[in-house]
Amino acid sequence: MSIPQEHDYIGSSEPLQVGKSSKDVKNNLFNLKETELRLGLPGSESPERKVGNGVSIFGKDLKDESVNGFSHSPLKNFVSGAKRGFSDAINDSGKWVLSMNGGSEVDLKKGDTLFSPKGVNVGGKNNNNLQSTPVKPVEEKKNENGSTAPASKAQVVGWPPVRSFRKNTLATNLSKNSDVTGKSGSGCLYVKVSMDGAPYLRKIDLKTYSSYTELSSALEKMFSCFTIGQYSHGLAGQESLSESRLMDLLHGSEYVLTYEDKDGDWMLVGDVPWGMFTDSCKRLRIMKGSDAIGLAPRTMQKCKSQN
Amino acid sequence: MAYSFPEEVLEHVFSFLCSDKDRNAVSLVCKSWYEIERWCRRRIFIGNCYSVTPDIVIRRFPKVRSMEMKGKPHFADFNLVPEGWGAYVYPWISAMSVAYPLLEEIKLKRMVVTDECLELISKSFKSFKVLVLSSCEGFTTDGLASIAANCRNLRELDLKESEVEDLSGHWLSHFPEHCTSLVSLNMSCLGSEVSFSALERLVGRCPNLKTLRLNRAVPLEKLPNLLSRAPQLVELGTGTYSSEVRVDIFSNLSEAFSVCKQLKGLSGLWDAVPAYLPAMYSVCPGLTSLNLSYATIQSPDLSKLVSQCPNLQRLWVLDYIEDSGLEALATSCKDLQELRVFPSDPFGAEPNVSLTEQGLVTVSEGCPKLQSVLYFCRQMSNAALVTIAKNRPNMIRFRLCIIEPQAPDYVTLEPLDTGFGAIVKSCKELRRLSLSGLLTDRVFEYIGTHAKKLEMLSIAFAGDSDLGLHHVLSGCESLRKLEIRDCPFGDKALLANAAKLETMRSLWMSSCSVSYGACKLLGQKMPRLNVEVIDERGPPELRPEICPVEKLYIYRTVAGRRIDMPDFIWTMDEDAALQHS
Repeated sequence: MSIPQEHDYIGSSEPLQVGKSSKDVKNNLFNLKETELRLGLPGSESPERKVGNGVSIFGKDLKDESVNGFSHSPLKNFVSGAKRGFSDAINDSGKWVLSMNGGSEVDLKKGDTLFSPKGVNVGGKNNNNLQSTPVKPVEEKKNENGSTAPASKAQVVGWPPVRSFRKNTLATNLSKNSDVTGKSGSGCLYVKVSMDGAPYLRKIDLKTYSSYTELSSALEKMFSCFTIGQYSHGLAGQESLSESRLMDLLHGSEYVLTYEDKDGDWMLVGDVPWGMFTDSCKRLRIMKGSDAIGLAPRTMQKCKSQN
Repeated sequence: MAYSFPEEVLEHVFSFLCSDKDRNAVSLVCKSWYEIERWCRRRIFIGNCYSVTPDIVIRRFPKVRSMEMKGKPHFADFNLVPEGWGAYVYPWISAMSVAYPLLEEIKLKRMVVTDECLELISKSFKSFKVLVLSSCEGFTTDGLASIAANCRNLRELDLKESEVEDLSGHWLSHFPEHCTSLVSLNMSCLGSEVSFSALERLVGRCPNLKTLRLNRAVPLEKLPNLLSRAPQLVELGTGTYSSEVRVDIFSNLSEAFSVCKQLKGLSGLWDAVPAYLPAMYSVCPGLTSLNLSYATIQSPDLSKLVSQCPNLQRLWVLDYIEDSGLEALATSCKDLQELRVFPSDPFGAEPNVSLTEQGLVTVSEGCPKLQSVLYFCRQMSNAALVTIAKNRPNMIRFRLCIIEPQAPDYVTLEPLDTGFGAIVKSCKELRRLSLSGLLTDRVFEYIGTHAKKLEMLSIAFAGDSDLGLHHVLSGCESLRKLEIRDCPFGDKALLANAAKLETMRSLWMSSCSVSYGACKLLGQKMPRLNVEVIDERGPPELRPEICPVEKLYIYRTVAGRRIDMPDFIWTMDEDAALQHS
């Protein structure tokens, strides 16, 4: 399988290597630096980053080692940008740029590109204007850096075979007792996730993730089939979907992750600390970027009625 | 000269036949018996809603009064079946609303029920009495309001673990003041608070109320109000069993329990606080069923509680009970028939409680009537399983879940083939088995050879090759339901045993190695099976034929292919090629 030509996020012409499969990645660990996604002001150099460290699209800066909350959030600005209006942010530079509070660049790990902002890439893989987001496919996200809480195992769907209502109740109970696992308080656990244009919902257990990164990664895996469905013609003949393939399609999407909170309001995911998010999230929706512009109450009403 | 009983006599005789098996047998004797029987069959059970159509059922059995039906495959409980899969009950309700105006009972499991369905039920069946929705979804509390408001003689409303969109607790207030017919009410799965005074009045005016399962929102202090109005209760599900510790609450509770002399089953007990456990001691000696699976109390308190229940036949509990609590159970509860131990922290990497295989061994030794087990634990050994098998040859349901997939015997590091082999060899009446841990094809050889009464088998992360599946399909004569996930089973065993599939209700295989080509072949060769490929990656014919399908659900049917499938499911049959044009 050929390595697709990739351009970095901000549209500079330097092509970046993308590992085809996790095996390749393991062999090419020394190339990781080159393959890491950089987001930043045009022309600036990426700072040195430890392998595997990155900042999620939701802005949790792992380097800062903050666990439950996060201070610097590129998405925060993204979100603020959304609040200003997507078009404003895009018009600023003609290209999508996320700027951090500190002005430093951020890395995106593989799991973060599902929700690439509007304007970066539209169209299919073979589009010459592709400004895709290369990512570093990683097999075991929990092993790649030490930042994930060790308490949770990697989740296999449906294993162990405990029913959702039981899981939800238990998790609530656990949090009411002494906080052994460090997970935050009671609240919504199994939530439905819908994606605009997708024919059906999925359900996920928020308690099995401890960060926005993990969530984003999992959702990406779950919903990749839809974007792939759209581009299925390009997939004929391929037996399995490599992760870079996944990335190609996903970062071409214009999806934004939103959630309905306890009060029934729709919010962009990533605004609040993770714990607060899991407490109040009732339902998730992967929305088309165009629908999420401004996230003004009126727009949300419109979205709700379209549901 | 033909001489037969008048129809009325035969009908009267048949009315004593309750089991479907008997009635089916009677129907095969001769044409006239078939006719008589079908006109007097009042209860039908449909194990797979897609195995037959409403029209076929109604045509054959025109006078049905009670209908029970199941929809989604069992693995839907663990999120392996994508949303939108199907199991819509509406077409059934719609057809029955016309054909069975005297319908009294509807019992559904794992089906999608909408508010529209509930409203139709409430308006169509004048004598409607019993609604049981077990693990169903798709409806809101508005639907419940229709049932409450319109079913004048409602006896049973049981929402067992359904996923209800809880808009408000107001639905309960829709029971009219003149409704006095309730015998059983289970609202434990609901989140919203209902009007307590409405609940109080409802309970107070239903003298035949035997089962009341409250939801978590009902506070402990208020429980005595309900108990005092329903001292005849046989089954009680409390609400939250926690409150600030106060003497007056305790004494009220204690007194309320003491008047419930008929109480046999207790459940609910959310967030149970040890201080309030003694309040229920007065009912403990009479209890036969105790569900503590939401009670986060620790082993010492659990031990004390079960020791008060010498007549216990069924215990559901969290693994907080630990080996020591199970020892107390084994000592005190000699009538125990069913034990379920659920994990308190299923996703934790490390064990959080001291519950091992030893607990189960102890119970198997101490409880001679133990026949049904569901046990989650983190370690198991062949030796333990062999002991359990030796102790309990009367086992009929054995479901073991070792939390780590493919975990070997923790002592010898060998596969657990020998242990499970001992179970199937010794427990000749075994009807249901769930496997876990490290298992090779050998365990399936044992199962195929010995498990002749086995009806349902669940397999995960086990086996080496097609031979494993072949052993099961060729050996298990009574097999009805087989569900498999993440096993290296492929085409050969499936195709070689295609005929077997017509003798079973259903086969589920996900994350195995069955190719699209084999599915197509099977579908074409077996017209009385629906071979359904579930694949969220897109149409399977866009991938090579040897590519394994994600999920496969095969079931026998007289209904032909489904017409309500979402676009990630494909039926393999002769028309498969036409489907995609």
